[in-house]
Amino acid sequence: MRVALMVTCVNDAMFPGTGAAVVRLLRRLGVEVDFPEAQTCCGQPMVNTGYLDEAVPAVRSFVSAFEGYDAIVTPSGSCAGSARHQHGLVARRSGDAALGMAVAEVSPRTYELSEFLVDVLGVTDVGAYFPHRVTYHPTCHSLRMLGVGDRPQRLLSAVRGLQLTELPAADQCCGFGGTFALKNTDTSVAMGADKARHVAQTGAEVLVAGDNSCLMHVGGLLSRQRSGIRVMHLAEVLAATEDER
Amino acid sequence: MTGTFVGMPAFPEAARAALADTQLRHNLAHATATIRGKRAAVVGEVEDWESLRLAGAAVKDRALRDLDQQLVTLEEQLTARGATVHWARDAAEANAIVADVARAHAVEEVVKVKSMVTQEIGLNEALEAEGIAAWETDLAELIVQLGEDLPSHILVPAIHRNRAEIRDIFRRRMATAGRPAPADLTDEPAVLAAAAREHLREKFLRAKMAVSGANFAVADTGTLVVVESEGNGRMCLTLPEVLVSVVGIEKVVPTWAELDPLLRLLPRSSTGERMNPYTSTWSGVTPGDGPQEVHVVLLDNGRSRALADDVGRQALRCIRCSACLNVCPVYERTGGHAYGSVYPGPIGAILNPLLKGTGVDEQTDALPYASSLCGACFEACPVRIDIPEVLVELRSQVVDSHREDRVPKPETAAMRGAGWMFGDAARWARLGRVSGLVGRVLGRVGGRAGPGGRRTLSRLPGPAAAWTDARDLPAPPRESFRAWWRRTDGRLDEEDQGR
Ligand code: SF4
Repeated sequence: MRVALMVTCVNDAMFPGTGAAVVRLLRRLGVEVDFPEAQTCCGQPMVNTGYLDEAVPAVRSFVSAFEGYDAIVTPSGSCAGSARHQHGLVARRSGDAALGMAVAEVSPRTYELSEFLVDVLGVTDVGAYFPHRVTYHPTCHSLRMLGVGDRPQRLLSAVRGLQLTELPAADQCCGFGGTFALKNTDTSVAMGADKARHVAQTGAEVLVAGDNSCLMHVGGLLSRQRSGIRVMHLAEVLAATEDER
Repeated sequence: MTGTFVGMPAFPEAARAALADTQLRHNLAHATATIRGKRAAVVGEVEDWESLRLAGAAVKDRALRDLDQQLVTLEEQLTARGATVHWARDAAEANAIVADVARAHAVEEVVKVKSMVTQEIGLNEALEAEGIAAWETDLAELIVQLGEDLPSHILVPAIHRNRAEIRDIFRRRMATAGRPAPADLTDEPAVLAAAAREHLREKFLRAKMAVSGANFAVADTGTLVVVESEGNGRMCLTLPEVLVSVVGIEKVVPTWAELDPLLRLLPRSSTGERMNPYTSTWSGVTPGDGPQEVHVVLLDNGRSRALADDVGRQALRCIRCSACLNVCPVYERTGGHAYGSVYPGPIGAILNPLLKGTGVDEQTDALPYASSLCGACFEACPVRIDIPEVLVELRSQVVDSHREDRVPKPETAAMRGAGWMFGDAARWARLGRVSGLVGRVLGRVGGRAGPGGRRTLSRLPGPAAAWTDARDLPAPPRESFRAWWRRTDGRLDEEDQGR
């Protein structure tokens, strides 16, 4: 199976550790993973702000980078959702039929990390060790756009040493919402503050989610409050093993 | 006289004011959480809610597909049963028709059934300008009207008010509108309701004319339907001699049988009840029983514009249950007034631009952006309106309507720049190298260490300040993922990662 990592623009520039964790995790599970260097961004920042024409180059570079792979894995529910549900729209808008066909080929093979592990590889115990109290925030796009369900929680429950505590109002949006965080800052922060309060209520040391953008938002609020609570991507928790400690 | 939404600031600014009102936020969080809980419980009881949703959506879609024909049938049937049907292109035409009927009967006041569409067209204000008083008889609408306030929710227009505020409004204002509030009025819900009942009873018995909307209009039988909880609507629909119903053209349901899924979906989604207490239906005039003169005003007011929108058309399926408002995290915090319309929340964010068009005014153009696209609204909507999809489509229409602007917005320049950069990995990689350099410098001298050891930034200049005013930002790493992969082929361990 030829597997490609789609690291996402946010992870590439801001959270390289998440990409590295996916690579280590997949290698440990016996999957050789490629990083096609022609990749850039899924185009979602442009699409969700209404700039469909401006998203066309990103979708073009996406399909040309990932054409020919059996599976494309990404540590982001939001970007997987964008590839699966928005690329067709962007291609139609461009009027380029060849692009539309390429999208139809590539986008159904794009998986969010927990989907890839559970559905494609068929594993829930990835052999991880993480002796901490953790709470999990299911990000909206993973939850509603992709429907990953409880796959991430199943993966976390199988991690040795990990204590998973339930997050109150878990399925409420954290308020990040891409450019929403800048265009409607006050509302975004009000939503994030409630999320941060719920996280603090759990008594967890670490907040885990499958999207670093949401974690950047909630983590930014937790950090401003000097809460001492760390945020970590699901991939990093699943990549952790006993040898490193 | 009620207030008016005209001239209100655009959403981000209006929301800021609402967010600062802690009483309002408390009232809203409490009320929406209560309704959400009730709704979830009764929706969970239905064996196959999803197929009921699909059935409801299909009924409305069928009506919208040949709307022109459905409306002609409706008109024929209503006329055959003794009603007079009028057609109104816009608010002004509809208001004039209602005022004409009132003048023909020389009435100085009308009683009203709670109706979204008459709020949409500003009927009360238009009648007032003609010297005709329009009295709201729904309890929550009465609170809004007496408080010279604006509605902030589709179903519970006074959701932003608590009991103490309502008692004050009744005490201060009831006397100016008719029967005064009793001297010993408390803020007990039952006491408040009893005061409203006494106040309204006088009006029901006196009024010669009533104005209503309709939840549904059945084409094949010429039947209008109103569902309600309090029974005040039924009083208005049966006591006065003249009844005028203003009905949006999207309210049509082709057949009587097709009401079935809709009447099951609506109460569970809206009030969290298995069935609504009062369902009134009427077809024209019944001699000797109820109103002896019935008018129906079929209103467009932008609906045919919405119908012409391939993606947006689905918004006309809306049955105004308000479930999307109650689950919306944005609505829960800002309340309805911030949307600047009688249609607030997720449905308002799409319906207003669809009815009015994009690129016309700043206030309307801000609405499709008043959402984090979390998708909770779509999940809750009983007729499966994909609100996030329509929001993105309308955002693209807002952007497109400004493509020819002589001075592009900074956002437009930023998005063009991003599009250009993401079109070529080499350009993107160059930016990563600059950011890595910044990260290396900051790693030595800047920010403070957060939990886990990574440096965080608390104050950034320029547009980034919108982020760091309230949130820290992790400092950029010393090396991008791509640079790390280049250097190591992904073989080195994480400590080498710069995070
Ligand atoms: S959009 Fe759907 S959920 Fe919202 S009010 Fe209309 S029918 Fe109800």
